[in-house]
Amino acid sequence: MSVRPPSRLRRVLVDVASVMLVVALLIWSLTPVYNMLLIALDPDEGDIEFEGLIWPADPSLHSFHTVLTQGYGLVEDFWRQFGNSVFIGLATMFLTVAIGSLAGFALGRMRVIKGWLANAPLLTYAVPASFLVIPFYRLMASYGLSNSLWAIVAANVTFAAPYSILILQQYATLIPMELDEAARVDGASPAQMYRRVYLPLMTPALTAVGTFALLLAWNEYLYQYLLLSSTRNMTVAVTIAQFFNSDEAPWNYMMATAIIYSVPPIAIFYALRRYLAAGLTSGAFKG
Amino acid sequence: MPWPRHLHGSEFAWALAFVVPYAAVFAAFVVYPVAYGLWMASAPSLYRELTANPLYWRAVVNTAVYVGLGVNVQMFLALLLSGFFMRRRWWIKALLPVFMLPWALPAIPAFVSFHWMLIGEEGFVNSVLSTLFGIQGPLWFNDRGLALGSNIVANIWKWLPFWTLTFFAARTAIPQDIYEAADMDGAGGFRRFAHVVFPLLGNLYLVCTLLSTLWTIGDFTTVSLVSEGAPAYSTDVLATLGLHYAYDAAQPALGVATVMSALPVLIPIAIILMRVVRTREVQL
Repeated sequence: MSVRPPSRLRRVLVDVASVMLVVALLIWSLTPVYNMLLIALDPDEGDIEFEGLIWPADPSLHSFHTVLTQGYGLVEDFWRQFGNSVFIGLATMFLTVAIGSLAGFALGRMRVIKGWLANAPLLTYAVPASFLVIPFYRLMASYGLSNSLWAIVAANVTFAAPYSILILQQYATLIPMELDEAARVDGASPAQMYRRVYLPLMTPALTAVGTFALLLAWNEYLYQYLLLSSTRNMTVAVTIAQFFNSDEAPWNYMMATAIIYSVPPIAIFYALRRYLAAGLTSGAFKG
Repeated sequence: MPWPRHLHGSEFAWALAFVVPYAAVFAAFVVYPVAYGLWMASAPSLYRELTANPLYWRAVVNTAVYVGLGVNVQMFLALLLSGFFMRRRWWIKALLPVFMLPWALPAIPAFVSFHWMLIGEEGFVNSVLSTLFGIQGPLWFNDRGLALGSNIVANIWKWLPFWTLTFFAARTAIPQDIYEAADMDGAGGFRRFAHVVFPLLGNLYLVCTLLSTLWTIGDFTTVSLVSEGAPAYSTDVLATLGLHYAYDAAQPALGVATVMSALPVLIPIAIILMRVVRTREVQL
């Protein structure tokens, strides 16, 4: 069969359709974000946002200023809570990458367990995090982790690690086994191979996995809400949800808090974006 | 000198040492809590109480609809959109970072925003409908179908970019000469998708669908923040109903039984997932 040259008209029509799809996807992606700004830019507390306005009538950064200077009851410990959220996020990220890459090396490269049982970490997802929170709550007391940020980190690592190990095992198939063989011939120990061969070549996948773990920690709310009891250990995610219980309808402060809370993961995501797609590439098409 | 089929001596010791941290996490935070949960919810009377309650059956139906529609629609859209993002047009390339924003945006702010967009007569969506189109929008959370649909749309909004990026990464790894060969054979558009792309991505599509199914069955945040179970607990899924029982009704054992009743569905899915993930015994 010969290749039929696409007609000029057809090309133009495809371009018009794709521009329309781009516009539709922009509206789809940005509407909830616009709605957050609309509410946060309102200078007053109360229900003014819900009077049919579709643009800010009197935009003001007052609510952001109030949150950042802790000038409202629910956000009076904002920076301490923000610090707790950052601690949980970073600890989850580092522990997931460390534990996941060690297990990924042993399972994917050294093949200490063979066959489909090497995917055993995925069995974790048979009991979702939200299903496990009640037993978890009781057990944390016996581990001495009641009301501890480490309990949240432990839960996050538990649910971030299986997917991370999966991604690392898939990505590792892109790295030729001959490198391991050469290193073994030179008498390298597994620890040296992990550090000198595996980690440097796995950088894109490790970045993807770290970002995944950080976003998982930043998305998480249920464990923080149920496991942390003191205001000292409260996090921003819990505070945002607590605005619903307020009598004063401080929705502008609620949304300002939510927007400020969203800045770190978005900044990290865009800073690392180039590595992400590369890191998620699996070795599915090799060999 | 490749890795031996059976590791010996110090290499075996190293491999064990590498696995130990994860094994410890798995034992302490998966095996033990699951066993504890099963023990908490072991009394058969709990399940009689559950199955006698229409709220439970409604939550089962809601979970099935939420997962069945939510997962399959987002997977299919993600597969199509990942192909769209492969097109070489600057405006499509420029869209990708904006399109990824919902994934980077934390779940709580995103779902709180969905809640406010749809609340009452003058939430943002209804304001837009009446200002721009002169349509009086419905009360989204007063109708079970609309409220359930809102939860599904919010879930798709949040997770579509993640799966799109996964498929996009896989497509970029398809060697270009396979596409060129398909072009030479005159296989354009649909036929190329059906005969080239889908066979190559099929296994990945299955893995992602199974993973997403497991994650969505356990999804608590979306329903608890978007519809909050409204109207009158009629859109609760198993995860939110279980926590109502445990914390609002102070019946933790009943709450655990509610969610554990999904295990006969979850465990087979997890085992299928373990088996379809390619383990690549032999490295070529």
